[in-house]
Amino acid sequence: MTLTKGFLIKQPGVLSLIQDAGRFGAFNIGLTNGGPVDLTAFQWANRLCGNNLNATAIEISVGGLSLIAQLDSTIAITGANMPLKINGQHKELWRSYHVKAGDVIELGIATQGVRSYLAVADGFIIEPSFASTATICRESIGGLNGEKLKTADVLPCASQTRSQNLVLAEKLRPEYSNEVLLHTVPSYQQHYFSPLQQRLFFSSEYTVDKSFDRMGYRLAGQKIVCDIKGILSEGICHGAVQIPADGQPIVLMNDRQTIGGYPKIGAVSSIDTAKLGQLSQGGKVRFEPITMEQAHNLFHLNLSRFNRSEPKTCD
Amino acid sequence: MPTFTPSHKFNIHIAGENALIIYFSEQASSEASAQVQQVEQLIRHAMQDELSVDIIDLIPSYASLMVMFNMMTTDHHQVRQKLTTLLQSLANDSKIDKQIDETSIVELPVYYSKESGPDLTLIAKKNNLTVEQVIEIHQTQEYRVYAIGFAPGFAYLGEVDDSIAMPRLNTPRMKVPKGAVAIADRQTAVYPNASPGGWNIIGLCPTDMFDPAATPIMPVKVGDKVKFKGITKKEYLALGGKLPDDFGIIA
Repeated sequence: MTLTKGFLIKQPGVLSLIQDAGRFGAFNIGLTNGGPVDLTAFQWANRLCGNNLNATAIEISVGGLSLIAQLDSTIAITGANMPLKINGQHKELWRSYHVKAGDVIELGIATQGVRSYLAVADGFIIEPSFASTATICRESIGGLNGEKLKTADVLPCASQTRSQNLVLAEKLRPEYSNEVLLHTVPSYQQHYFSPLQQRLFFSSEYTVDKSFDRMGYRLAGQKIVCDIKGILSEGICHGAVQIPADGQPIVLMNDRQTIGGYPKIGAVSSIDTAKLGQLSQGGKVRFEPITMEQAHNLFHLNLSRFNRSEPKTCD
Repeated sequence: MPTFTPSHKFNIHIAGENALIIYFSEQASSEASAQVQQVEQLIRHAMQDELSVDIIDLIPSYASLMVMFNMMTTDHHQVRQKLTTLLQSLANDSKIDKQIDETSIVELPVYYSKESGPDLTLIAKKNNLTVEQVIEIHQTQEYRVYAIGFAPGFAYLGEVDDSIAMPRLNTPRMKVPKGAVAIADRQTAVYPNASPGGWNIIGLCPTDMFDPAATPIMPVKVGDKVKFKGITKKEYLALGGKLPDDFGIIA
């Protein structure tokens, strides 16, 4: 069966990407993870559509996406605060809507946060590459031909609507702030940073630099000096904090290179990389050291909160 | 292949909330690389049964192996313990060698020339050699695949003979063509796809280094040996090689 109908991209906006939960198992041939920068918001979009939490959705960075439904569907948009209009009418995020063929969905520019997620009932039907639909433009892998969405692209999906729309109560939604505390597990080459340098790192405020993207967030602030210049290239995990020669930290995100040779002082918890990924230039961050057990705890508390937050039905 | 003996040391460090990294050495060597390869394959075998839900991904590199685990099913204590047990079994059980996949020697054809290798002259000049000598020395060595990363299918091969070693370009090229065979310090590689890059280009290889539609996707894997073999322009074109319009402007 070839699906030719779904959602037609009228305007792709600044950066809109097909994403599922990410690509795992292909690091050994140099493929990075990709996947949603803000996993919780992505999962909420799917959950509000009654989907499998990993169903393929669109990650919209900054905003400006508009699309036309070619069939009846249920959609939900979560994440950064982007003004949403359906057929010209203002609508609220964090809830699902029944759309009909011909309906126009438009997202403005985010007023708070950077990334939002648009899911449709049963997910977009995209051919996976290496077991994932996640788009990595740098690798030309995933999504539609490995590229970001462009005008006239058609994202196929099933003509499927849900009988009930769902909404997440306002008090249960995440708040996107301009200041984020990054809980960080000291790791990797931590011992090559003197106690003084570690104190400086964990007590200084940093500003998100102009160069921030899905690969990494470059920060500006207190210079951190490492005792060594470089290391043998090694695997880089999600959230790793690289300290290059200029001493300005870079937090490595979903589309990071798989291996690299800069010293790393620690790795930010995934709960907090999601918050960092909602910051843009000028956003403020601080690092706070935590143990692996605390990181584990943060992760599971977040998961538990997600599971216990029940969306309500609405019309 | 060097066998893994109890005298080999390893350290397991924390990488991040869902990742540990096993260090075998602080120096690059074929011994350390062989250990990485052995342990990687041992874990991959274990991932088919007892570690199947716990381990998400592995990143082998020069002298380390990063292990990403599933925070929904396990924690770093359990993973560390399982890894330690595996590593010790490797040191104590000679039969495990049999589980290790064979490494292969892969021959890659290269069209070496000033036309296809714009940095040959520079390398020759810097090392007081002729261009022909540089080409010959590059083909003499058997290289080991130390790591794959940076870009899909980009294999780091080492080590290039000291006499043709060359530091990276000061300003990377905006576009290195697909198939470019290049040198950076004592490493060499074939660019799997056109990309920006700062390595010194000495020739072009017509073999696809990364083809998602092919089986295997890459002609090499970590631990394999690679030999380069010079071919003529005619042979290069007959093998499907293309000559790029230019090699990217060096600013």
